[in-house]
Amino acid sequence: MALKRIGNQTIKLLNPPTILSNYSIVGPKEGQGPLKDYFDLIIEDDLWGQESFEKAECKFQEEAIRSAVDNAELSLKDMDFLIAGDLLNQIVATGYSARELAIPFFGLYGACSTMTESLSLGAMLVEGGFADKLVCATSSHFSTAERQFRFPLEYAAQRTFSAKWTVTGAGATVLSSYGSGPYITHVTPGRIIDPGITDAANMGAAMAPAAMDTLINHFQDTGFKPSDYDLIITGDLGIVGKSIVMDMMKEKGYDLGSVYTDCGVEIFNPRAQDTHAGGSGCACSAVVLNGYVLKEMKKGKFKRVLFMSTGALHSPIITQQGESIPSIGHAITIDINNE
Amino acid sequence: MENLNNNEYQKFADKKVPKPTYLKNVILAFLVGGAICTIAQGVTNFLESQGYNEDLCGMGTSIVMIFIGSLLTGLGVYDKIGKVGGAGAAVPITGFANSIVAPAMEFKREGFIFGVAAKMFIIAGPVLVYGIGSSIIAGLLSILFKG
Repeated sequence: MALKRIGNQTIKLLNPPTILSNYSIVGPKEGQGPLKDYFDLIIEDDLWGQESFEKAECKFQEEAIRSAVDNAELSLKDMDFLIAGDLLNQIVATGYSARELAIPFFGLYGACSTMTESLSLGAMLVEGGFADKLVCATSSHFSTAERQFRFPLEYAAQRTFSAKWTVTGAGATVLSSYGSGPYITHVTPGRIIDPGITDAANMGAAMAPAAMDTLINHFQDTGFKPSDYDLIITGDLGIVGKSIVMDMMKEKGYDLGSVYTDCGVEIFNPRAQDTHAGGSGCACSAVVLNGYVLKEMKKGKFKRVLFMSTGALHSPIITQQGESIPSIGHAITIDINNE
Repeated sequence: MENLNNNEYQKFADKKVPKPTYLKNVILAFLVGGAICTIAQGVTNFLESQGYNEDLCGMGTSIVMIFIGSLLTGLGVYDKIGKVGGAGAAVPITGFANSIVAPAMEFKREGFIFGVAAKMFIIAGPVLVYGIGSSIIAGLLSILFKG
């Protein structure tokens, strides 16, 4: 009997794990954005003294994990698991950062949904009694993502208005079986939804239906209404995807109103920073969660948050073959109370 | 989301994307492309004034413009010109130089053989293949019909 399952696809954690500590590192562009005061560390050199952007991304992730564990006043040896992933082929940023950390490691590929995917699995491991403390992390880097998914940096291409800007940064969260919150109380893993969008420069539109599917299932399974939350925040739908979610959720009877926003919309100032439809990448939701959301929860601004990371699970090769973009959205409820 | 109609959704989603600013793009492409061509004409005029014949002036101008395009790419300026100028920066030979130098720079860290040399033509490759291919076809047709 799956005692902790409620409804179609939600898990209610009976002994909700605590978010013990969190840490966020961002690159220079994010460090000039509207959320700059919330990030723990802003790196002005996006190579961070490394020989390549890939190696820099490894360092971003490794340092975020080390610092999150430090913030919890623990050592790496205290971590039962590291659950992490990134955008690069074979999740190398994660594999190579994990090489330096010597923590039992589960690698994930959920594209930009990785932060919530890792927190979902981490919360279940802790609550199920398989771990006392573990760390969840992810990273992305504008310059590693551009060369893998798009064009060389110096190539004189124009970006479309639906295109988003990959966030350079890393976020890490330490979960524990004990502590005084905030708690992860519910997990709603997403299903793959593919509305047939083939334009990889319009991932907001590709991912919005997956986000809505998870939101609707979450509300139906838990009985929560949008107004039960102080903040509902999706991962990296950007301006286009956010607008689609607002309109279509309203049509379906869920008025998200002013509690809803998107990490990709919040992290940049699209006009001043020329980011078009907003931020994207694994680090987008990771740094907004570990920077802005959790810090504001600890200050008391938000008491209950529905946090979602959204991912587009395509690759340049398969989109060149004409395939559309399968997308996913994972959601967790973070509450300062554990009831 | 099961009852989501993909065609209807795609139409709805398209409306959410801000429309491209065609008129502004066309004007900027004209100005940037025109400026590049004016510079090239200046180079040609200079070479002519030095007494070179027409063939050498054309070749010399191409070489100078390729050099300028490559240099500005290396200095990290040409991508900014391209962002403003669009096709006005991409179509002239400076844009072609940019499309080869940019990947060459990007993949330097993967080594000179599997990086720079192998990846140098990832953008320009199709232009070369179809450009050379169609010129061969045009050449054959001209032999056949003109005798």
